[in-house]
Amino acid sequence: MNDLRIGVFVCHCGANIGRVVNVPEVTEYASGLEDVVCASDNLYTCSDAGLREIKESIKEHNLNRVVVASCTPRTHEPLFRTTCEEAGLNKFLFEFVNIRDQCSWVHAQEPEKATEKAKDLVRMGVAKSRLLEPMEDIEIDVLPVAMVIGGGIAGMSAALSLADMGISSYLVEREPQLGGMLNKLYALYPSHIKAEEFINPVKEAVLSNPKIEVMTSAQIKDIHGFIGSYDVEVQQDDTVKSLKVGAIVVATGSKVHIPEGQYGYNGENVITQLELEQKLGEVDMRREASDMRQESPVSSLKSVVMIQCVGARSEERQYCSRICCTVAVKNSVLLKEVNPSAQVFVLFRDIQTYTSSFEDYYFAARDRGVVFIRYSKDRPPEITDSIVRVYDELLGVQLGIPYDLLVLSTPLVSHDDAKELATMLKVPLDENGFFLEAHVKLRPVDFATDGIYLAGCAHWPAHVGEVVSQAQAAASRAAIPLLNGSVRAEPIIANVNEELCIGCELCESLCPFKAIQMEMTETGRKARVITASCKGCGACGAACPQRAISMQHFTNAQIEAQIDASLITGA
Amino acid sequence: MSDSVMVVGGGIAGIQASLDLAEMGIKVHLIERKPGIGGHMAQLDKTFPTNDCAICILAPKMADCFGHPNINVMTYSEVKSLDGEAGDFNVVVTKKARYVKEDECTGCGECVEKCPTRIPDEFNMGLSNRKAIYLYYLQSVPRIMTIDRNNCLKLTRNRCGICQQVCDKDAIDYEQQDQDIQLNVGAVIVATGFDLVDALPLQRYGYSKIQNVVTSLEYERLSCASGPTGGHLERPSDHKVAKRLAFIQCVGSRDTRRSRYCSSVCCMHSTKEAILASEHEQGTQSFIFYTDLRAAGKGFQGYIKRARDEYGVTYIRGRIGEINENWNGDPVVWYEDTENDEVKRMTVDLAILAPSLTPVRGSTELAKLLKIQLDEHGFFKTDPYLCAETTRRGVFACGYCRDPMDIPESVTSASGAAAGAASIVLGQLVH
Repeated sequence: MNDLRIGVFVCHCGANIGRVVNVPEVTEYASGLEDVVCASDNLYTCSDAGLREIKESIKEHNLNRVVVASCTPRTHEPLFRTTCEEAGLNKFLFEFVNIRDQCSWVHAQEPEKATEKAKDLVRMGVAKSRLLEPMEDIEIDVLPVAMVIGGGIAGMSAALSLADMGISSYLVEREPQLGGMLNKLYALYPSHIKAEEFINPVKEAVLSNPKIEVMTSAQIKDIHGFIGSYDVEVQQDDTVKSLKVGAIVVATGSKVHIPEGQYGYNGENVITQLELEQKLGEVDMRREASDMRQESPVSSLKSVVMIQCVGARSEERQYCSRICCTVAVKNSVLLKEVNPSAQVFVLFRDIQTYTSSFEDYYFAARDRGVVFIRYSKDRPPEITDSIVRVYDELLGVQLGIPYDLLVLSTPLVSHDDAKELATMLKVPLDENGFFLEAHVKLRPVDFATDGIYLAGCAHWPAHVGEVVSQAQAAASRAAIPLLNGSVRAEPIIANVNEELCIGCELCESLCPFKAIQMEMTETGRKARVITASCKGCGACGAACPQRAISMQHFTNAQIEAQIDASLITGA
Repeated sequence: MSDSVMVVGGGIAGIQASLDLAEMGIKVHLIERKPGIGGHMAQLDKTFPTNDCAICILAPKMADCFGHPNINVMTYSEVKSLDGEAGDFNVVVTKKARYVKEDECTGCGECVEKCPTRIPDEFNMGLSNRKAIYLYYLQSVPRIMTIDRNNCLKLTRNRCGICQQVCDKDAIDYEQQDQDIQLNVGAVIVATGFDLVDALPLQRYGYSKIQNVVTSLEYERLSCASGPTGGHLERPSDHKVAKRLAFIQCVGSRDTRRSRYCSSVCCMHSTKEAILASEHEQGTQSFIFYTDLRAAGKGFQGYIKRARDEYGVTYIRGRIGEINENWNGDPVVWYEDTENDEVKRMTVDLAILAPSLTPVRGSTELAKLLKIQLDEHGFFKTDPYLCAETTRRGVFACGYCRDPMDIPESVTSASGAAAGAASIVLGQLVH
């Protein structure tokens, strides 16, 4: 604790902070705090210039602590830590003070008070920084083997992509065969390649690839561990295998929502798009069998009506399932091909045919004579006596369309057991039961939990091309730790003082990551931390009745210093 | 056989692909034609649907990229030629002369202050001026000045020369030449992104004639704290804060006269822009004129709902007929409200056009150079299902240059392209 030399850098963050907090005043205040030898402000501390200034200040003023008051650790903590490291300062001698999310953003209407609060926050940050200790990252070995959960197009593509990069994987599929949803489809848009023709070569490539061990009729029973060494129990028929892998890709897909009780759904003449796919498939089968004596179910239809957004974009389920409009366009065109005299109507709210190819596809359907009718959420179609009654928003007239076949476009929904898998993996689901990625914009195929990745409809409804893109991306992300053979983890973990520990087991019962466990030692039962699993959440530290557990980098002494600093009023 | 990869384009897609490869231990040459990386994402204020500040989430990636020992960032550079085949491509990259010594320049800005020449600033979409010697944008990586050779008095007429006189580090070098640099790479990833459609579809709605008709990218610069108005939504004609906004979708998109395809991100970005306007100024009213409201991504429908319920956004289905201007400079928007079967007009403070987004200028030439095919819309052609590889083995495409896509999809496609490139360079292909 002798000769502390603290540098404080206060950020304007453009106008995000600077428009509310008087940054020069806060900087001036910081420079007057004990042990602070330099304080400066910057328009964007995260910019090249800002980082350079930090490095130069460390050298010039011989700083041994750095405090940056700016946005949030979520964006720039790694950046500033690396900057300190580059200047020769241990990166854990750096403290981040959030004066944006926790100050300028929430107190935008009270600039004077926000400025005073920013000063308080900086004073607290400086107080903590005095007690920071240098630490080293923890190096964790990574087994160069992956596990892909789910053997549909997402899982197979991920496994193939990994194999192409020289990485072995287990491909675990619960059905007796690979293929997933594509086994149930007839043709794929926009080329209308037959689903079977598309998926069979992929299956063959997987089955013949020496780097992919395929396990069908296999279910995940339990998962323990952490990035680099996950222990997975897989049950295949009657045997349970224990497998050790370095990374996991979740590619478990989704299922089609069955609209029980809506629009008279009966699975016979009121069906889902998936059921229509199967009927279209039967036409081909009959053709091949030259069994044209019997009229195929779809060849003789006179009028087909499709209704979009059934069970989606509603109170029941707010989201749009992304693919159903293009599916409807595909199936309406295929129906016209099989049965040119049939009338096909698509009742939609907004047609989601985006990207460069699907708009033309939509044009083509209209050219074929498919009639698209726009309806509004407030006036949904009604069915009476095999007639669809709908108010056409664009013509401004009420229509009555008799139908032989009513096809309901329903959303993809998450599997019932997604929650179970999510719990085993310790990853979150969003409000719709889809797996939730680390960051919606910049980390779309990563989970916040290291070493686990995500692809396909388990993430969100997606077209085949999008699914393959995600699977290849997940493979790329997984390849990073798998090829490197090791990862570095933050040493922000729990620390047990065994002299104080009385072995009460409270910590073990609370830990959500199973990262602290009781062990018999010479001095009795004591809590021991599994450093690679510990995420530093602090639950154990907060609960321990003996105050035997302290969190590294958030020690009891450091937090108490911050509390004391917060209670000082005035300069 | 080369163990490195060239990434062409330093926007978010190019940056992501470079970082993935670098983290795998593969060397990357990241070629960017502008003076700094970041692409269009750096011009945005916030990003949908999280409303994250664009530069805040981009800057760490740019810094990572520039500082990564495996990534050689070459800005102000363009690909000149490419020969060879997957695993062994010989590339020539032209590194344009900035007339500034990259190792000496500290980005202090003294030269910029003294430069007498003013030119419209491309980064700020022409809404403000920059000097002939300039920093591409505030957070630009690398933070090195560049002299615009077409507008510099010294370089065009051998006059002035003030920047050299005031530079403390003697970093100005008027004798610098363009350099051709040879690279040998195993794979190429094209990530050149998009440009706004040319002027004609925009001019139909009064753009460039009516001052208060702007494009969405101009709007982003107005809204951005680091933009020409410090983040105040001051309209061009009189700097009055715009509180009544019309957003016009599909300008040139889904249009048989120009881009038949859907640009895919505009319904969402206009919604975001309307939300931001409301956050900047209480009581702002926004009207979004759309054809089909495309919001099929994760969280997008919820975002639209919030826009309607909490941020004063009204969606009107209909394409605009024309936009006139009244005596006050207010745009007057004539539209068909298709749901109520009426033709109406609305006077607003500011009209924001959502232009069609097209493959970047020079895509045709780049395709010829790389010997890869374009699809009918001018995007780099890839297999619709297998995605990342172009029509030439070893050359991959990701991001908007391949297909209209938003940021998460661009990042995903970039990682996917990295996997493809890695499989070639790591030489472990099974088939």
